[in-house]
Amino acid sequence: MKPLLSVRDLRVWLDTARGPLSIVDGVSFDIAAGQVFGLAGESGSGKTITALALLGLLPAGARAGGSAILDGRDLLTMRSAQRRRTRGREIAMVFQDPVSSLHPMLTIERQLTEHLRYQLGMSHREAVERAVQLLTDVRIPNPKAALRGYPHQFSGGMRQRIQIAIGLACEPRLLVADEPTTALDVTVQAGILRLLHRLCREKDLAVMLITHDLGVLSALADTVTVMYAGRVVESGPTSHVMRSSRHPYTRALIDSLPHPEASDRALVPIAGEPAGPESRPSGCAFHPRCRYAESSCAASVPPLVQIDDGREMACPVDPLVASVAR
Amino acid sequence: MSLLELRDVGVVYQRRDGTLVPAVVGANLSVEAGEIVGLVGETGCGKTSLARAAVGLVPTTGGSVMFEGREVHVLGRRARPARERRLQLVFQNPYESINPRRTVGAQIADAFAIGGKHARSSFSHRVEQLLQRVGLPASMARRFPHQLSGGQRQRIAIARALAADPAMIVLDEPLSALDASVQAQVANLLVELARDLNVGMLLISHDLAIVRHVAHRTAVMYLGVVVETAPTAELWKAPMHPYTQALIDSIPHADGAGHLPVALPGEIPDPARPPAGCRFHPRCPRVMDRCLTDIPHLVAKGDGREVACWLHEKPLVAHPSASLPGVSL
Repeated sequence: MKPLLSVRDLRVWLDTARGPLSIVDGVSFDIAAGQVFGLAGESGSGKTITALALLGLLPAGARAGGSAILDGRDLLTMRSAQRRRTRGREIAMVFQDPVSSLHPMLTIERQLTEHLRYQLGMSHREAVERAVQLLTDVRIPNPKAALRGYPHQFSGGMRQRIQIAIGLACEPRLLVADEPTTALDVTVQAGILRLLHRLCREKDLAVMLITHDLGVLSALADTVTVMYAGRVVESGPTSHVMRSSRHPYTRALIDSLPHPEASDRALVPIAGEPAGPESRPSGCAFHPRCRYAESSCAASVPPLVQIDDGREMACPVDPLVASVAR
Repeated sequence: MSLLELRDVGVVYQRRDGTLVPAVVGANLSVEAGEIVGLVGETGCGKTSLARAAVGLVPTTGGSVMFEGREVHVLGRRARPARERRLQLVFQNPYESINPRRTVGAQIADAFAIGGKHARSSFSHRVEQLLQRVGLPASMARRFPHQLSGGQRQRIAIARALAADPAMIVLDEPLSALDASVQAQVANLLVELARDLNVGMLLISHDLAIVRHVAHRTAVMYLGVVVETAPTAELWKAPMHPYTQALIDSIPHADGAGHLPVALPGEIPDPARPPAGCRFHPRCPRVMDRCLTDIPHLVAKGDGREVACWLHEKPLVAHPSASLPGVSL
């Protein structure tokens, strides 16, 4: 099946006085319609920057290379007018913090219909009708009254639903959701995850879910790509990656999480902290924290290698082999 | 007598329009020496207010807060009584709770200077000891906070609390600003410190899953009320309160099974206008007629468990230890 979005060798760097500073280094992935693609990583892994590059929203000074093909067109080399049309109509983004991403002084109606009128040229009446439908879709109670409200009158969960409704207004084919539930309580998070799941199935929407929370990914994503320090370390179908991860980083990350089924097991932390772009170790960036590291790991960046059905991993020291040998 | 004992504590705030908002309503909680008690709940449940009341940062409107058998004073303009220095607080955000303009060592040494128990010449040695105690190299003392990572800063905040030689530390969301891989390091450190130094800890968190690995006992709060307290393992195995059950069911598992977590319908009501009867009743899947009108109180159910729910109203088989605390005939 042909993917909706195909990203190849995406690189993002900052031009600094001391030369280019790499933030994202050679990331490739495909996203299919009706599927949730999960992008996992800790702070500084480059997952958010990857999404911003696709939307043409990189901060000033950052530049992107590689390609991101959506429907035969490259998102990275588009002219700005075309990109403005693509944003909203083809790709929409939902941000982490629903408090700061909604305009506090505009009514929900204004924020929901703006898109529809600008992008689709709807009349005011048509736009309002569609807005009511959108709020119904995301399960906002009493949508007509909600349209007259302001963001502060809604709870965090409701604001996130409104943000999703705005994202969906022009029926995009890809929704990029960056940590959409991180600011929410778990009972509210569960509702948003169910909503995204339903929208994905009903509207054949592709979702790019960016999160540090492997639990959230495990619940929702069909495929997952794990990033560390700007590079992909492992990718594959979610169930395979979560149940039998092969890369030492993915395994360590899963072991460090509180496990709901086995509380007696102590948490196994990863030594050290994730590396930021300015202090990335040489070779495999995870090697200083990796318990399987060998001297060769610091020398060169391990390539991403196909291991089995749709899985890829970038580690020359297979931990399964290593743990048996020890 | 417990190390820290909160009895029937209430905290009320006033909104700008004059409305009184009861953030905590009659909360009961106790922490023993060397014990970690987790206090979990969602945004607006009053857990931070209760933590602040526990260390005297906000005045209580009722009940009592006892530390080492004596009433905790509300923080005023004057210095805290010396014995209350043994009751310390660690804040959520290690980026804001540490002074960016002073070295780490100087900030830790403050507690020694205020305590006045040690000679000034011994400060640097003691600072180094504390840094090692929280798993940092002694050389860290000369660094400034901006040179440290989030996890290191949170360790510094903990070291600073330890410098006062505390018997009890209240920690307000100490793990939530940290990356997953680092969170586990700090969580394990807390367990070690409680065990090795016999310090009592009250750990405030919205993350039930991490609390499960750290806390000996867990208390669950909903809309200003403690609805259930139990040894952590039992709480997970068999939650008694429907809200506790809902919290557990809503946690997504990183097991690759692809199960969607269960959502709790409705929203947390405005604490200024709480529902009558049981405060959880409008969202409770097992609501009964009685829940709409009668307020359930926290009742001991044996084995260190307490629950405030009409489902468990029938007393268990009479057991001497299951009698109500504080009731003498």
